[in-house]
Amino acid sequence: MNPEDLHYAQSHEWVRIDGDVGTIGITDYAQKELGEIVYLELPEVGHVFNADDEFGTVESVKAVSELFTPVSGEVVEINKGAIAEPGIVNDDPFGDGWLIKLKLSTDQEVEKLLSAKDYEEYVKQEEKER
Amino acid sequence: MSAPATAPASVKRTPLYELHRELGAKLIDFGGWEMPVQYSGILEEHRAVRERVGLFDVSHMGELEFSGPDSLAAVQWLTPNDVGKLADGRCHYSAFLTERGTFVDDLLVYRKAAGEYMLVVNASNTPKDFAWARSNAEGEVRVEDASERWALIAVQGPRAAGLMSRICQPDPSDLPYYGFRETAVYGSSALVSRTGYTGEDGFEIYLAPDRAEHTFRGLLADGREDGAVPCGLGARDTLRLEAKMVLYGNDIDDTVTPWEADLGWIVKMKKGDFLGRGALERQQQEGVPRKLVGFEMIDRGIARHGYPARTEHGDGVVTSGTHSPTLGKPIGLALLPTEASGIGTEFEVDIRGRAAKARVVETPFYKRQKEVR
Repeated sequence: MNPEDLHYAQSHEWVRIDGDVGTIGITDYAQKELGEIVYLELPEVGHVFNADDEFGTVESVKAVSELFTPVSGEVVEINKGAIAEPGIVNDDPFGDGWLIKLKLSTDQEVEKLLSAKDYEEYVKQEEKER
Repeated sequence: MSAPATAPASVKRTPLYELHRELGAKLIDFGGWEMPVQYSGILEEHRAVRERVGLFDVSHMGELEFSGPDSLAAVQWLTPNDVGKLADGRCHYSAFLTERGTFVDDLLVYRKAAGEYMLVVNASNTPKDFAWARSNAEGEVRVEDASERWALIAVQGPRAAGLMSRICQPDPSDLPYYGFRETAVYGSSALVSRTGYTGEDGFEIYLAPDRAEHTFRGLLADGREDGAVPCGLGARDTLRLEAKMVLYGNDIDDTVTPWEADLGWIVKMKKGDFLGRGALERQQQEGVPRKLVGFEMIDRGIARHGYPARTEHGDGVVTSGTHSPTLGKPIGLALLPTEASGIGTEFEVDIRGRAAKARVVETPFYKRQKEVR
């Protein structure tokens, strides 16, 4: 299930807000679609991104997918544990499998993201259209 | 995250399509066929084949049947390997080559009897291969596209022989590598060969399409004690790449010759004339401009099909690349200038704009330990 306290993007990333820091990861639906993740490419600390910028890539055995940040900010931490053991993104996408933390440039962008309920609806719609 | 591509509307399905859905397979479009890419997961399925036994639906493969008094001469002309050396009940790896000596397709030639051959070709190449065979086979020979009459199930892994000996009558587990025989599988007649595309011991079962589901269900049930699992094309790809078996459309195509693809062993220059021979002879004399080699990454990253390669002696291209489940690291195949193809040579791969170092290594990446009897 998608945790209620997170904000979701249609590109299947989530953001957890803690003061002025946003933690970003991919959703459980995303990790299932990708299959077993074997490789992560994440940015350096200090890198500044605008909302919707590509901030890295995630690779399963079969495919490469780009990662997009739903919010703007400066990278303050990356999940080195996930780089070493990408499988934790499959095992715990909303917890230990987080990807990066950003110091947010603004608190305005989060409001435009989806709630857990709306994201669920969106995924259902996307699956139907296949 | 960007969503993976979805399948187009009109695709072909094998007789096992409904069963794949029931088993929870993730289905993808593969050369016009809706095929299972994975069930439980590529890594788990890969491991099952290396350690136990995996079951694959490869019914999409094409079968061309040659019959008539001139069929030996026709297959000899169409393929570079020496069909004259095949005994009844034996098959070998070969190819169709163009006049330029490049691959129309790679394939297996089965000798069923004198004047009766079956050629097993890549699914998406079947119409092209059939037309090619028809227009280039001379004499009293009939060439048929029998693909609709055959389903194909691969049973692969160290425990495949034990499983097959329990369900087939007569037992095919004494077959030599690349041997085959007719046998009854769950009471229905089938052709079973000791072949595969995984680098592991295994069998392939050619059978009537209407027996495919019953047989696959039987294999799942009777293979439970062996730890048998259904496997998709995802694991098939990682398994074949570890064993350095080439994939048409990735590693070889109609621009690549057997010399370049390190498949010179399928070319028997002394057997007499065959399609493409002249060009191969010329290339042998002039020298091969590029070679297909195995590589490992020095820098982080997975180099995938189509990524540019840069060497001190000119440019090349990555033809296959993945994360090797057995080795736990990225591996791949690349076509590199011959001067840059020696073991240990370092080169760069352009991974989506980032230059990453790689090194030519010995292949295969994985070789099974043969049992000492």
